[in-house]
Amino acid sequence: MAETKSDILQGTLDLMVLKTLDAMGPLHGYGIARRIEQLSEEALLVNQGTIYLCLVRLVQKGWIKGEWGTSENNRKAKFYSISKTGRKQLIAETENWERVSGVIGKLLQLSTQS
Amino acid sequence: MLTGLKQLAARIRAFFRTSDLDRDFDAELESHVTLLAEDYLRRGMTPDQAERSARLDLGGLTQLRESHREIRGVPFIETLLQDLRYTLRTLRRDAGFTTFAILTVGLGIGASSTIFSVVSALLIRPLPFRDPGRLVWIANDGNEGDLSAQTVPVGPFVDLRDHNRSLSGIAAYYAFYGVGDSKMTGDGEPERLSAVPVSQNLFPLLGLQAQLGRLFTAGECQADDPVVLLSAGLWKRRFASDPNIVGRKLRLNDRLLTVIGVMPASFDFSSAFAPGSQIDLFVPLPLTRDVDRRGNTLSMIGRLKPGFTLQQAQAEASVLSEPIRVRHNRDELRFKLGLLEDHVRGPMRPAILVLACAVGVVMLIVCANLSNLQLARTAARKKEMAIRVALGAGPGRLIRQMLTESVLLSCCAAVLGLILAVAGTRVLAHLDALSLPLRESVHIDVAALAFTVLIAVLTGLIFGLVPALQVRAGAVHDSLKDANRGSSEGRGHQWIRATLVVSEIAFACVLLVGAGLLIRSFLRVLDVNLGFRPERAAVVRVDPSSQYPTQAQRNAYFDEVLRLVKSVPGIDAAGLTDVLPLGHNRSWSAGAKDQVYSKDHPPPDVFVRMVSDGYLKAMGIPLRSGRDLTERDSPSSKPVMLINETLARTVWHGRDPIGQIATYVDVDRQVVGVVADVRHLALEQGSGCEMYLPIRQTNDYSSVDLVVRTTLPPAGLASAVRIALKPVEPNLSGSEFRTLQQIVDKAVSPRRFVVLLLAGFSAFALILASLGIYGVISYSVNQRTQEIGIRMALGASARDLQARIILQTLGLATIGMLIGVTASWILTRALSKLLFGVTATDPVTFIGMLGILTMVAITAGYFPARRASRIDPMAALRAN
Repeated sequence: MAETKSDILQGTLDLMVLKTLDAMGPLHGYGIARRIEQLSEEALLVNQGTIYLCLVRLVQKGWIKGEWGTSENNRKAKFYSISKTGRKQLIAETENWERVSGVIGKLLQLSTQS
Repeated sequence: MLTGLKQLAARIRAFFRTSDLDRDFDAELESHVTLLAEDYLRRGMTPDQAERSARLDLGGLTQLRESHREIRGVPFIETLLQDLRYTLRTLRRDAGFTTFAILTVGLGIGASSTIFSVVSALLIRPLPFRDPGRLVWIANDGNEGDLSAQTVPVGPFVDLRDHNRSLSGIAAYYAFYGVGDSKMTGDGEPERLSAVPVSQNLFPLLGLQAQLGRLFTAGECQADDPVVLLSAGLWKRRFASDPNIVGRKLRLNDRLLTVIGVMPASFDFSSAFAPGSQIDLFVPLPLTRDVDRRGNTLSMIGRLKPGFTLQQAQAEASVLSEPIRVRHNRDELRFKLGLLEDHVRGPMRPAILVLACAVGVVMLIVCANLSNLQLARTAARKKEMAIRVALGAGPGRLIRQMLTESVLLSCCAAVLGLILAVAGTRVLAHLDALSLPLRESVHIDVAALAFTVLIAVLTGLIFGLVPALQVRAGAVHDSLKDANRGSSEGRGHQWIRATLVVSEIAFACVLLVGAGLLIRSFLRVLDVNLGFRPERAAVVRVDPSSQYPTQAQRNAYFDEVLRLVKSVPGIDAAGLTDVLPLGHNRSWSAGAKDQVYSKDHPPPDVFVRMVSDGYLKAMGIPLRSGRDLTERDSPSSKPVMLINETLARTVWHGRDPIGQIATYVDVDRQVVGVVADVRHLALEQGSGCEMYLPIRQTNDYSSVDLVVRTTLPPAGLASAVRIALKPVEPNLSGSEFRTLQQIVDKAVSPRRFVVLLLAGFSAFALILASLGIYGVISYSVNQRTQEIGIRMALGASARDLQARIILQTLGLATIGMLIGVTASWILTRALSKLLFGVTATDPVTFIGMLGILTMVAITAGYFPARRASRIDPMAALRAN
């Protein structure tokens, strides 16, 4: 139970998953992982397994839904899509994130100047 | 908030469909691997490579599944269930250990819960009255055992009741009611009942309602109407809880009384005010001149007005006492206020607290013992633990597993303990021979249940903690590597076990010394010179009935009773008395006629007994000088009396008292004999001044007991005496025959109770401590089999080895005893209130108990030592 490490990542990962699903529509776990990797240009090394833990959590919170379906190359996979409450949460989280990152950005500038 | 609830709901749902979800998750991960592998294939890897890399990217599957389960379900409960299942399996495999653990902890918890119930009933639970914390006991300033010095006459009671402003009410009951004073005749077997006269406001003041019918009215009390209230006990026992009892007429002492009500079962007069006796009836107490003339007879209970403190009430009562003293011409009158709770509970408090502490110490020993056993088991299970660690169990998980195990054990034991406690409290509540206040209300209630659960969990945690932490300390590595090296169990481990045993011995030592001191006190009390010989003497109630209204008739009745009973074969002597030792006591001021007494030099308070000729012989009270009373000391002859040695010393200061004139309440009597002092108040208490007046020369008795001294065992004489007395007393019931020894036993019963329990606890502690020593020593022998083998191979003799091991045992025991003795030295001072005839640092007890402990330690060490000396060196060296 290495909670301390994932705790910091958790919120961020949640946001990334929600945003991905919002933008791309229903996706399976692998697709989400690939998408995040591509976007971050491999800078963010996400342990692919943790994506699934994050998905379970989001399903439990009712922000996304999962359903078994078939992939483009005819493989069975569980597809996730964002729910209405998930969208609301995404908007709230986005605002929150922007506010926090703005503050942190300012703070960091401040410290380099002085 | 809502999201949180949703998540919780999801988790709980998940808890019930574990396998479904597991499969789902596995399928999802599998599909991930497939998709990823396909990607890799497209990038040109071989299928094998692709599959392998895909799995690597995903990370540890097992760990992933584990964390998935953790966030998905309710991991706490899931782990707990898992641990419980596992524990049950291990415990079943280790049946010997399990049985032993459940037995010892069960006994400990049983004792704890029983004592808790006793403490709760006797010391904690509020008295069964309304707002009992504001009830005060108003005593006349005087000796606890002397009822006359505790009570007041009617006049001062009425004055204090009417003039004080800090109490909302003061009620009284007649303290000199006699147990068995009321003889009920009529339907069924005649029976002696005890009736207490109470003032009209007593029950309302205590906040009591009749459960059937009503309470007394003011008019009934004023006029001393023939009405009676039944106790719930009598109603149930004698009248089979007859709902139509109200209005029925009972014949009591040849007077017809109408039942007006039944008191509630929760109200037990005797348990609060007269422990050890049984009160059946309540009758009105008329506050008349006639009652006032009897002198100090009323016990008072008051209720503090809201906003007033005990100190304020006391201050006011002290101020009021001055004019009351003058008005009623009673110099000795004081009002001493104390909380009723303290009056009822105070006397037993130290003893009960000692028991509570003792049981606490017993529990600590139990914990230490089991801790030790668990440690031994942990050592044996080191490999198992190491494997579990290797398979991914974190240290937290292992500790939890160990604690689950110990708590489960102690909870099983709690079930056994609870059964024991229910049985124990039931026995206690029905032990009528034991006179403890509030004893009847001892039972297992919700609080006791909660306590049992709490103590079970605590015990489990405490005895599981050390072994659990030990699991953590034992690194996986080491145990996998050298678990069987035989020579060296980790030093730390051995050290902890030794500490536990030392503390067990120390605790046991404290208990033993405490118990030893109390046992010695008890023996001293039994050894006390009572002043009379209780063996081979018995007592029968023979109050003259109302058909003998005149003194002459009553005296004739007494003559006849004595004559008839003396004709019974086996009866040596017989005599009459109005007050038996160790019962109620009254005292009068009496002094020498030729002395002038004043306020600063008052005459002594003298305990009064009305006795007949033969009483001294029947009781076995030695006559020191002068003569005994005879049949000829009658109303027509010269008024005479006997006095005891203390009175002779106090009043006549070494002069010969025989022939002197003593005076009390304006009556003069000539002293004709001096008798030995009798312990009338309590076995532990000196007797004070006593005088014996011829029963035939006075009317001042409310009950009469016949004492007989026999050559045969007294209990066998009951029917012979009954038959012999039939001509004058046809309604004598069998229950009225008591031996004098029973009376003495009852008086020492609280002390015996404490001593027995404490001795039991100490014995249990001693057994546990010896098992603890045995366990540690035999474990260390096992661990050192190889070393012992080498020693033997090198020529050490069996005797050497035995001595070595026994010395090791003694070393442990000595450290434990040193600590124990030091602690006892300090702690036994708290016992001083309970001790009699021994000091708190009584060397005999200390040395004796140390001797016992040493013996036990040597015995416990001897068995493993013998085993060690029989080890075959070859076998020992070859092992491992």
